[in-house]
Amino acid sequence: MHEVSLAGGILQVVEQTRARDPFERVTHLRLQAGALAGVELSALRFALESLAPGTILDGAQIDIDEQPGTAWCMQCCQSVPIFSRLDLCPLCEGAQLQPTGGTDLKVVDMRVV
Amino acid sequence: MCVVCGCSSPATVAVATEPQVHPHTGDLHFGAGAARVSVPGMSQERAIQIEVDVLGANKAVAQQNRAHFASHGVSAFNLVSSPGSGKTTLLCASIEALRKRAPGVAVAVIEGDQQTSFDADRIRATGAPAIQVNTGKGCHLDAPMVARAFGQLDLHAGAHAHAHGEAHEHAHSHAEAHAHDHDHVHPHDQAHEPAQVHERGHTHVHVHGLEDDHGHSHTHGHAHTHGDHHSHDAAHTHGHAPGAHSHNHGHVHDHAAKAILFIENVGNLVCPAMWDLGEDAKVVILSVTEGEDKPLKYPDMFAAASLMLLNKVDLLPHLRFDVVKCIDYARRVNPGIRVLLVSAQTGQGMDAWLDWVLGVEA
Repeated sequence: MHEVSLAGGILQVVEQTRARDPFERVTHLRLQAGALAGVELSALRFALESLAPGTILDGAQIDIDEQPGTAWCMQCCQSVPIFSRLDLCPLCEGAQLQPTGGTDLKVVDMRVV
Repeated sequence: MCVVCGCSSPATVAVATEPQVHPHTGDLHFGAGAARVSVPGMSQERAIQIEVDVLGANKAVAQQNRAHFASHGVSAFNLVSSPGSGKTTLLCASIEALRKRAPGVAVAVIEGDQQTSFDADRIRATGAPAIQVNTGKGCHLDAPMVARAFGQLDLHAGAHAHAHGEAHEHAHSHAEAHAHDHDHVHPHDQAHEPAQVHERGHTHVHVHGLEDDHGHSHTHGHAHTHGDHHSHDAAHTHGHAPGAHSHNHGHVHDHAAKAILFIENVGNLVCPAMWDLGEDAKVVILSVTEGEDKPLKYPDMFAAASLMLLNKVDLLPHLRFDVVKCIDYARRVNPGIRVLLVSAQTGQGMDAWLDWVLGVEA
């Protein structure tokens, strides 16, 4: 259930943004979750819904864009798309893959009033 | 959605900055926007670009921890596993073995559990200092918890107390790691006499670990009055934004470890994978009484670890655990992972594990 901690981290990012650039509340919040970020989206949504009441995220519409994973295949010497850490290289079917993208959970932008 | 009329026009931001005009009276209503209040200088609805990593705050503290550990000559290892893999037993055995093998190396432990100090008590019974961190409902340790715990350890205070053999106070009681913006280069040139370091007579706040008696050539890229380290310390300790500091120590700890910090994470193969604590390496412990397919079931953790310890291998004759298959699975999610077979109970493989910990393996 680290999604609860991540939801807290998201609220913290939003509150820090407000400290720099004051607003009353958030109407839309857009997140980007990499396929390899280790985030269960339904759990994250649930955590955000539980956390939001009484905060500046109360009532905000939250969109989560899923970003596909990418990895460097050491055999093919090129970047390939993957969807989980268990995937094999789609080109050579090898397992010598080093994830290079889609490993983060980011707050992308928001609309505020 | 447009906040004025409720239409689905995307031009919401531009429209919403205008007051609502009453169609009959011409009255202006500034509080009709989504904010329900008018604030001078503040538009009604607007977009803010952020592009921030949700774990960024943790990563910033982890980087401070990493620099802090390095400046104290501490090698830190984050031990992760599911509950019951034998982490604490392995740690107790490792501490005993390290004491015999490398008596000059200080060892301390930060113990993470949701509740109780049972594990820290077991560590303290070996004579090694331990700090228990109870995470309450939390399922993992985070970097600020480790920063706090490290500040409580003698490993930390001890390094300050006797590394230069001079009375100096380093204002280190604050919980979070400090930043050192200056450059100094430590080529670890053994040709230097230890005295060369000390005869310079300054009480520099950088302390490189316990019994750090090998020659350091300090090349300071900044000017500060030797003997007035307090002002130096103050200048470099506070007032930096998280993540905005730089740790240009410029030295590489390629020598054998002078102090070891084991961080035993909460027993959980999921969440601790995402939280950087500032460790040198994550070590995942998998006991052979668990399934050999765990690397595939919990790939994030095995991908994040530098070393996998297969523990309780003394039980292999009684089990149907396929070691080769397990290692294959681990390499599939992490081609570079090291694997060592150990038994805390019989001592099998402990030498190789300690070689790895001490950084002296071939």
